Amino acid sequence: MRKLKAVKITQAIVELVKRANFSLRKDVLFALRKAYGFEKNRRAKTILKAILDNAAYAQKENLAICQDTGMPVVFVQLGQDLKISGNLKAAINSGIESGYKKYSLRNSICKDPLLRGKSGFSPCIIHMDIVSGNKITLTLLPKGFGCENKSQLKMFKPTSSLEEIKSFIIDAVKSAGADACPPYVIGVGIGGSADYASLLAKKALLKKIKLQRGLSPKGTVPGLERELLFEINNLNIGPLGLGGRATALAVNIQTYPTHIAGLPVAVNISCHALRSAEIVL
Amino acid sequence: MKRIYTPLDLNKIKSLKAGQEVFLSGTIYTARDQAHKRLVQAIKSRQTLPFELRDAVIYYCGPTQTPQGKVIGSCGPTTSSRMDAFSGFILAQGLRGMIGKGSRGLGVKEAIKKYKGIYFITYAGCGALLSKYVKSVKKVAYGDLGPEAILKLEVENFPLIVAIDVNGGSVYG
Repeated sequence: MRKLKAVKITQAIVELVKRANFSLRKDVLFALRKAYGFEKNRRAKTILKAILDNAAYAQKENLAICQDTGMPVVFVQLGQDLKISGNLKAAINSGIESGYKKYSLRNSICKDPLLRGKSGFSPCIIHMDIVSGNKITLTLLPKGFGCENKSQLKMFKPTSSLEEIKSFIIDAVKSAGADACPPYVIGVGIGGSADYASLLAKKALLKKIKLQRGLSPKGTVPGLERELLFEINNLNIGPLGLGGRATALAVNIQTYPTHIAGLPVAVNISCHALRSAEIVL
Repeated sequence: MKRIYTPLDLNKIKSLKAGQEVFLSGTIYTARDQAHKRLVQAIKSRQTLPFELRDAVIYYCGPTQTPQGKVIGSCGPTTSSRMDAFSGFILAQGLRGMIGKGSRGLGVKEAIKKYKGIYFITYAGCGALLSKYVKSVKKVAYGDLGPEAILKLEVENFPLIVAIDVNGGSVYG
């Protein structure tokens, strides 16, 4: 069994904090540049330019891309043949705490959701998964709350039509409107249970944004992603909600088997500053 | 491009129309959820406010910590609609301008018309870029709120778009 000291995890998380908050993901940058190229609305183009300039300036100056450095969400894929010496969860939170301090990010976490009180840098949210092998994969998603507040969950009937599901997803984007920093990336989770669909929707944001090429068959996940993206970009919400083609950069769907009696669908919207970073140890 | 300066008396803003781009220079105060709650409580209990509300501009912003060698960290706008419940009350006390992101409720639009306020939006999710326009920062009140404390920012040519003008004209329809 391979051994790994918990301190290595802490160091890795500190590095992820920096990468995720200062450097926009390559696929997101690419999608933004593409949206800028395609946009015909003059104002939308100006705003997309500012978004691209902001990403470049943040990287150059070591500044957070957005002041909302999020609720840090850490996805852990722990190989079952790896032995961590030390406390894994404490190591992750310690990396978050010291990384956020070191890089002057924002202390946005209220220790008590009802009493609120003085905010701090941690704890983060940890989603743990056991996988085969002797490695550990750590993924940090600092999730801003302007867009997290627009999350939705609906328990559909197993007999509900695809059209009903599509309307629900499109309505979620409409209700986010101008508020959650469009152009969005729309994470959708379909199947599982109420909690699992929500997790899938969030995980969908980690999926690399792919250029849509050619035709995807109707009824398949890529086909549905494509149809939804097209319809969402017809809403004319656009950057800052001031109109334009670029309402969403991508729709990413994750599915999982579900129960005969149900069809959970969750939507987790990301702002244009979709940030995440990953490391394998 | 139109340039405007604080304090924002009515004469300077009454000709501005929804959709117009302007550059703002002068003093603005950061305040978001908890600071709004406290400001309203302070007004109701007739306490002295931490800054003069008349013709003032509030920026819905909670910056990151300030990195060494910088004036301010990343400092973009937060979602304005969370402040909707408080804005009418604060506009009635003389507040003139609000800066944030996203749409406002009908109540705020009506209060803007009634008290001749103005609502601006700025480049959302561009907090690094916006830090360039901030020339100085001073903590004014509610330091215990951390990133939600009220800060006095001196800004120069801060880029804004009029989202709701003094007559209630709105970019969001």
